[in-house]
Amino acid sequence: MIDWKKYLIVFFITAGLFLTAGYFSNYLGNKKIDQIKSIQDQIAINILSSETQFSLLQELSCNNVSASILSDELDDIGNKLEWGQKNLGSIDEVSYLKKYYSLLQIKDYLLMKKISASCKIKSAFILYFYTTAENCSECERESIVLSELREKYPELRVYSFDYSTDLSVVKALLKIYKIKDTELPALVLGDELLTGFHSIDELDAKVQKSFKLQETKSNGNT
Amino acid sequence: MVLIPNIIFYVLIFLSVYAQVFFLVTFFENRKKIVIRNGKTKLNKYETVTIVVPCWNEESTVYKTIRSLLALNYPQDKLKILLIDDGSTDGTWNIIRKFKKYPNIKIFQKENGGKYTALNLGLKHSETSFFGALDADTLADPESLIRIMSYFEKDKSIMAVVPSVVVYNPKNLIQNAQKAEYHMGVYTKKMLSFLGAINVTPGPLTIFRRKVFDDLGPYRHGHNTEDMEIAYRMQKNNCKIEHCNDAFVYTNTPNTIIKLYKQRLRWIYGFINNTIDYRDVLLKKKYGNFSLFILPTGVVSILAISYLFGRLVYSSINFIYLKFITFNTIGWNLSFKSYNFDLFFIDTSSYVFLVFLIYLLVIFGIVFGRRMSEGKWVLSFNMIYFLIVFRFLAPFWFLKAIYSTILKRKPAWR
Repeated sequence: MIDWKKYLIVFFITAGLFLTAGYFSNYLGNKKIDQIKSIQDQIAINILSSETQFSLLQELSCNNVSASILSDELDDIGNKLEWGQKNLGSIDEVSYLKKYYSLLQIKDYLLMKKISASCKIKSAFILYFYTTAENCSECERESIVLSELREKYPELRVYSFDYSTDLSVVKALLKIYKIKDTELPALVLGDELLTGFHSIDELDAKVQKSFKLQETKSNGNT
Repeated sequence: MVLIPNIIFYVLIFLSVYAQVFFLVTFFENRKKIVIRNGKTKLNKYETVTIVVPCWNEESTVYKTIRSLLALNYPQDKLKILLIDDGSTDGTWNIIRKFKKYPNIKIFQKENGGKYTALNLGLKHSETSFFGALDADTLADPESLIRIMSYFEKDKSIMAVVPSVVVYNPKNLIQNAQKAEYHMGVYTKKMLSFLGAINVTPGPLTIFRRKVFDDLGPYRHGHNTEDMEIAYRMQKNNCKIEHCNDAFVYTNTPNTIIKLYKQRLRWIYGFINNTIDYRDVLLKKKYGNFSLFILPTGVVSILAISYLFGRLVYSSINFIYLKFITFNTIGWNLSFKSYNFDLFFIDTSSYVFLVFLIYLLVIFGIVFGRRMSEGKWVLSFNMIYFLIVFRFLAPFWFLKAIYSTILKRKPAWR
């Protein structure tokens, strides 16, 4: 005799367990998104505060400007967003946070540029454009090069932008540097536009050159 | 494109959870019926039983096997022992010969023809209404036979009773992993018994009513798993098979990965091919849980293990590829990056919880199986060994068995 009722009950229990597991997963995924969100809010406050502090005090007190605190946090958020995009289901939320992230990066970029120019802080900036819309193996390799370089030079700031980010500021950046989606990955180092893959040695030389330029400039000024 | 593999993945996980929950529900339905006896058992009537010991190159274990039969708590005049040397090339025959003097032991020597031929020779020379075998690498517990016979006495409709097989004297990690596995086997077997769906009547001390062979015919080759083939045949003919959980048989297990691989390859190959031979039994109401639950579960587990292994291989290749790309791009990087452990990066997809749940249910099976065989509730490292060893090794014999089936290559016995 087949106990059909049991087959059915077990089916419902199993389905219940599936729903519970799905609920848990969703709950923790939302927690993670909230975590990113709250860190980003924190960063936004920090940037705004630095900006305000800077305009308040002008060049007078470069010593007081806390320069290096932000970018590490931005990196961390960048990694989390990338991971979230691959592993968390909620695509809308993550892409919203990505926009926010891009905006924060640009603000940080503008502020740091200003600070380093006025306060003569040794620094180099790379704007990095990649794509996730299509399979871009060169972008993957370029990312590896950049994170390696960042390890090597703490003064180097790399800001990465997804080409397909639907945000007017990012679009403006693309327009300024005339970046086309056929030429990805693209890098802006100083004022120079580099498209396609560039090896670590090549970029290393360029970064060092930009540090040197700053030194001669600051020497010339004094 | 990622969607289809994910759907397959979740369907397989659903079915795996379903099977484990089915066992658990069966357990809670029947737990009061699980009796574990201590001390000596008595019967109203002692039926005569024939036990065949088929041997092929078993010189290292057969002596103890025969001794364990002679030490059974069962009247020796009601026990006929047939020792059959199936063309051994080692000293097995010399050991067997020493037992010729016992009045209830008969010895035979034949040309090698495979285990089922040895069993059939035994069948031909047995006149009793109960018949069983004991593999020459196993030892029967003194109380085992009498407890098995008590099942037959209690229920005239039972056609075969299987014992609990546990690991004898495990020495290394591979054997300890199997110890946990056999404990789970005790639990699973009991649940299968409640479901009327036992799919193997193992070589160590399954006792049959002689009528089974009179009605259904002798043992067959059964793709080197004659003990599975006969169980399938009995299920097909609605013969009742029960599990006597407190009748213990101790088996010597493979002590190396290679030997384990060969044994399991034979078992899985046997399962696949017997299932193919008996495919007309699959998913038919009249064959009960055997056909609707156990066979499909077996098929699903073969698919799941192969599929999961595919995923593992895929992600390993991906990982190596990424390392290769990194190496190619920036060369060897020996500077250890500061790595901060962050809870954020722990995978919290729903399958993680479900796989965890499956592991918990498997561990419950092992713990309860052990409770049934050793009488105590224990957690041990063997369970971890089992989960690790079988997680990584099982796919190899599963895949090889599928491969051999497709190419019609028969695996060797050992």
